[in-house]
Amino acid sequence: MDELRLDGNAAGGLLGEIFPFEMTTAQVTCAKCGSLWRVGQAMVYGHDMGTIVRCASCDNALIRVGRIPGRYLLDMGGVSYIQVEEA
Amino acid sequence: MRLTAEDGYQAQRSYSIASAPEDGRLALVVEQLEDGEVSPYLTDELRAGDGLELRGPIGGWFTWEAREGGPLLLVAGGSGIAPLMAMIRHRAAVQSDAPTRLLYSSRSREDAIYVEELDRLAADDGTLEVFHTLTRSQPPGWTGHSRRIDREMLEEIAPSPERRPLAFVCGPTPLVETVAAALVELGHEPARVKTERFGPTGG
Repeated sequence: MDELRLDGNAAGGLLGEIFPFEMTTAQVTCAKCGSLWRVGQAMVYGHDMGTIVRCASCDNALIRVGRIPGRYLLDMGGVSYIQVEEA
Repeated sequence: MRLTAEDGYQAQRSYSIASAPEDGRLALVVEQLEDGEVSPYLTDELRAGDGLELRGPIGGWFTWEAREGGPLLLVAGGSGIAPLMAMIRHRAAVQSDAPTRLLYSSRSREDAIYVEELDRLAADDGTLEVFHTLTRSQPPGWTGHSRRIDREMLEEIAPSPERRPLAFVCGPTPLVETVAAALVELGHEPARVKTERFGPTGG
């Protein structure tokens, strides 16, 4: 299936099911190239297997979320650092 | 939005809010996708009184509050008008005078939504200007633009980069990427160009 390129806003709903804070405004640092992004600015690729948030500079997979009945699978290995503003 | 069928099957989709926080009713824009699983149900089958499960609002990145000021450049493609409409309605509700220009690309006049409300708001407010471009068919006597948004159109309509407008661009991915790149080429600050790519997604 073709991957559909969107941006981090499109992952806000799914990430919002996992994290207790607003993720589209969270800042993530790419573990590969060091770029800093608000999650809303990063690229998002959705397909049948799940959602991948990628660095808009180097295409590194920052966050991968898979969903199977009853559980989420979350890989944040592409993020070296995350900063979240207090609500 | 989560829908549950009688057999327990669930489907979840995200839709953009087009109403202002000040509005008493929540308005969502749903574009019917030909091969969609959920949107044809919402556009054709849903009846007043039917139950829906909603969670949100989600997403604090692609937002504008009147206290952030202007000038504002809003660029919409198709149903990408939804979050920009929320900003325009919020701006009107709090009587903000932030100079605002909306450039709205639609395939035809019939495909454009909120046309009458936008006309009315712009007629009552000298600081809101609305520009339409109709890319596939134009009504007789049409004097607006009739091509896809390009750099030349943005140069004509966008406030000059020296005025440091805040730009919000929402629509299909190709439109968003064309517009964002052109704005940066024209000298607008990348950090003041916010984008939201619209597409069919369960996210």
